[in-house]
Amino acid sequence: MENFNYHRPATVAAAAALLKKSKDGVYLAGGHTILPTMKQGLRAPKDVVDLSGIKAMSGIKASAGAVVIGAGTTHMEVASSSAVKKAIPALAEMAGKIGGVHVRHKGTIGGSIANADPASDYPSACLALGATIVTNQRKIPADKFFTGLFQTALKKGEIITAVSFPIPKRAAHQKFPNPASRYALTGVFVAQGKDGKARVGVTGAGPAAFRVADMEAALSKEFSEKSIAAIKVPPRGLLNDMHATAAYRAHLVSVLARRAVAAAK
Amino acid sequence: MNATGVGASVKRKEDNRFITGKGRYTDDINLKGQAYAVFVRSPHAHAEIKSINTKKAAGMPGVLGVFTGSDVAEDKIGGLICGWMIHSKDGSAMKAGPHPILAVGKVRYVGDHVAVVVADSKAQAAAAAAAVNVSYNALPHNVDAAKAMSTKAQVHKEAANNNVYNWGLGDEAATAAAFKSAAHVTKLDIVNNRLIPNAMEPRAAIGSYDTGDDHYTLYTTSQNPHVARLVISAFHGLCPEHKLRVIAPDVGGGFGSKIFIYAEEVVCLWASKRVGGRPVKWTADRTESFLSDAHGRDHVTKAELATDSSGKITGLRVHTIASMGAYLSTFASCVPTYLYATLLSGQYNIPNIYAEVDAVYTNTSPVDAYRGAGRPEATYVVERLMETAARELKMDPAEFRRRNFITSFPHQTPVIMMYDAGDYGAALDKALELSDYRNVKARKAEAAKRGKLRGVGLSAYIEACGIAPSAAVGSLGAGVGLWESAEVRVNPVGTVEILTGSHSHGQGHETTFAQLVSDRLGIDINNVSVVHGDTDKVQFGMGTYGSRSGAVGMHAISKALDKAITKAKTVAAHCMEASADDIEFKDGAFTVTGTDKKMDWSAVALQAYVAHKPGFEPGIKESAFHDPANFVFPAGVHVCEVDVDMDTGFTEVVRYTCVDDFGNLINPMIVEGQVQGGVAQGIGQALLEACVYDEDSGQLLTASYMDYNMPRARNMPSIGEFKLGFTCTPCPTNPMGMKGCGEAGAIGSPPAVINAITDAIGVRELPMPATPLTVWQAMQGMRKAAE
Repeated sequence: MENFNYHRPATVAAAAALLKKSKDGVYLAGGHTILPTMKQGLRAPKDVVDLSGIKAMSGIKASAGAVVIGAGTTHMEVASSSAVKKAIPALAEMAGKIGGVHVRHKGTIGGSIANADPASDYPSACLALGATIVTNQRKIPADKFFTGLFQTALKKGEIITAVSFPIPKRAAHQKFPNPASRYALTGVFVAQGKDGKARVGVTGAGPAAFRVADMEAALSKEFSEKSIAAIKVPPRGLLNDMHATAAYRAHLVSVLARRAVAAAK
Repeated sequence: MNATGVGASVKRKEDNRFITGKGRYTDDINLKGQAYAVFVRSPHAHAEIKSINTKKAAGMPGVLGVFTGSDVAEDKIGGLICGWMIHSKDGSAMKAGPHPILAVGKVRYVGDHVAVVVADSKAQAAAAAAAVNVSYNALPHNVDAAKAMSTKAQVHKEAANNNVYNWGLGDEAATAAAFKSAAHVTKLDIVNNRLIPNAMEPRAAIGSYDTGDDHYTLYTTSQNPHVARLVISAFHGLCPEHKLRVIAPDVGGGFGSKIFIYAEEVVCLWASKRVGGRPVKWTADRTESFLSDAHGRDHVTKAELATDSSGKITGLRVHTIASMGAYLSTFASCVPTYLYATLLSGQYNIPNIYAEVDAVYTNTSPVDAYRGAGRPEATYVVERLMETAARELKMDPAEFRRRNFITSFPHQTPVIMMYDAGDYGAALDKALELSDYRNVKARKAEAAKRGKLRGVGLSAYIEACGIAPSAAVGSLGAGVGLWESAEVRVNPVGTVEILTGSHSHGQGHETTFAQLVSDRLGIDINNVSVVHGDTDKVQFGMGTYGSRSGAVGMHAISKALDKAITKAKTVAAHCMEASADDIEFKDGAFTVTGTDKKMDWSAVALQAYVAHKPGFEPGIKESAFHDPANFVFPAGVHVCEVDVDMDTGFTEVVRYTCVDDFGNLINPMIVEGQVQGGVAQGIGQALLEACVYDEDSGQLLTASYMDYNMPRARNMPSIGEFKLGFTCTPCPTNPMGMKGCGEAGAIGSPPAVINAITDAIGVRELPMPATPLTVWQAMQGMRKAAE
């Protein structure tokens, strides 16, 4: 690892200013991606701006219509939050299955979403629940946020400050872990909104998280396993590696979606 | 039985230091003035080295030296050797290419050792290693054993078509005749997947040259420090044996991968002298472990089993291509020959066996012995064939096995081995009982209701372990003898030190060896210490592998204890003014027959050293070397039950039963741990672990735990469903009647698991590891075939 300047600002504005001033700076949230890449010598930023000192970015607030989670909130905090468990139990359960115990205590929702790893869990929840990604500059609908492999709509220096999840009628998450890494080989988050409209978010299967329109249409008509039993996802464009072919991932999307619908509460 | 004697499940003495973080591994040792080595490794699977420019690296901060193959050649340091000569069918010697400790002219696999940087700190060495500029000219490469003999990639010029040897065992003509007259022939194509050992402690070495005494010391992660000293002295030519001390302190797992002599440890020793006698330390990072530890298995086999109309086996024929990787590692050549084909008779009476093996070079890490070494590969072939043949013959797989079991002993197989004792039917009966085999149909129906396909698979393994005897292995090409040594040192207060040539790296010798002493001398195990792993302390010994420390190593201790007791009787006789012939030793006390005269062990020990009574040689210190008459032959039956998820192909091992015949057990708790650990590795091979090299680039794709799937607790059957049982036919060739238990779990389990999955999903062939993808694809194939 190369030497770098470490900063730990107390406000979002100070963090953004530090990054703007730096020639080659990065934000540090839970550090699960940036630190390993730095250790491996794949990245050597000059400035590391640690966001963990920004109090305004952590914590969970639930209202009648939505759960708003500060970007610096750890997976463990989300998993064990009584407010999240009550409003969107599927989200708490999903957070409780991210990585291992150590990861859940350090990793944050904002860091995970900003990194947009194709195999991470949160993107599927953001899509299925129709979340809004709140930044220091604007509000971005989840549908517009995940743009490609490790690519997001975030501009240089933009900081996610919170994520707002509308409370659904029911939802569930199903993950089929990669046998080795335990990341989602494929994960499906299914939600039915209070308006009856269903959304299906898929992670792990494609280069970026995506929704399955056919399933959403069928589930919006009738929210049952049966209504999507015959719906197949085309393998084209899905990831293909030694752990899973595109065809297998496409098949898993169907299986997991059915299981999620059955489990939705 | 005394509470700490043979047969007691005594808690391990060594665990206090391990679980409290007080173990002392090679990397924990730091010598005064220590420098650090970092290796420059090949990024290419196969390339010519056009030039190596070390100038920039040599001038970087803290750098003490940058060395390449030409520096090694300058000092006339020899290359790595393969210590077992195999002759091809045509009588020619195996075709071994050179294996320099730093590459000369060519690199042959990704991770090959090209140059080394020695610097004041590890970070400085790493920075300078990155600045060594090596210019390569890439050559065609091949990573696939099956293609090695037809590829245009020529790994070593010495081995035409990459063929190291073409070896055969058994009667080819008689076997061909048996197949000609067979009522039924079962054929299988079998791949035994390549595995990466993944010991918890990565390899490490500290080489230290003493300029004052012209003497070297090597601290290393070794299973056999004396063999390392012999090889480094005799073949690398670094120094004579008495000028080299090799210390293998606590070693965190080996599984075979730390038997071998590796380039890095020789380089550290040699480089220490080159940098003026500063100790040079190297510790592998995990990526280096993946890339450069000797891998295991990697066989591609065509196997056939001939049966007559009554379901009796009449012949077995096998052709195997075995990858050696890019170089022949220390014992690589014997693994797919004498440790493999000699076990192809399994537990069965097979009149005709013929095996032919082509060992081939590929552009991959060297392959050598890994837990079981050849025997898991043999068992996999035999037990996949047995299960498949039974299904084809519409016989119950258990009954088909029983019909063909060897039932009288000793039994001479057609492939060298003389089985000494066993009762295979008893183990099968007990395994079927423990696994509730007869009710599996009901469990299948119950599983189907949950969307699961339940399958059951058997495996009846045999292995030859306690590797020895010297004359036999010598006649088969081994460069060394495989006996073991022991010394018993009795202290004046009666406590005992055992010096053993074997080496513990997880096996629990400090406990089990002490149990033997406790049993024989009637003293508590806490009054016994076991010394191993230091060539300056311990007499020459052959180390630990092939489940030999009990059967061979403890036998040597037993002989030395006999001598110590005899000597102590002489002392006791003098003290009690009796004839030595009248002294009896029992339960830790010496008595004079027919009298009430009595001395306990510690009193006699003290008299041996104060020596106030004249007439005997003071002291009690006895040694013994033991070379057994035969291998030992543990055998047993595994029964595996799996549930396969119909939708995803995910396989769960829901029940597992092992019944093993290890002869007499020294410490049942440790034996059970060995079986459970072995089964975990076998389940790993069957379901999870795949070492994958990319065909196009030759890169190791599974070079981290992100992609290489190690077994986890959740992959094991739950405790109540993991049943162990034992049968016992004592081994007739050692006084403890014991066999070996270190590898059995890993040998018996892969075919049991695959037999269970193939039963569940109704396919004939299924590659390992049976990952969810693999099983789903097999089920898809079935569905397509049915349509």
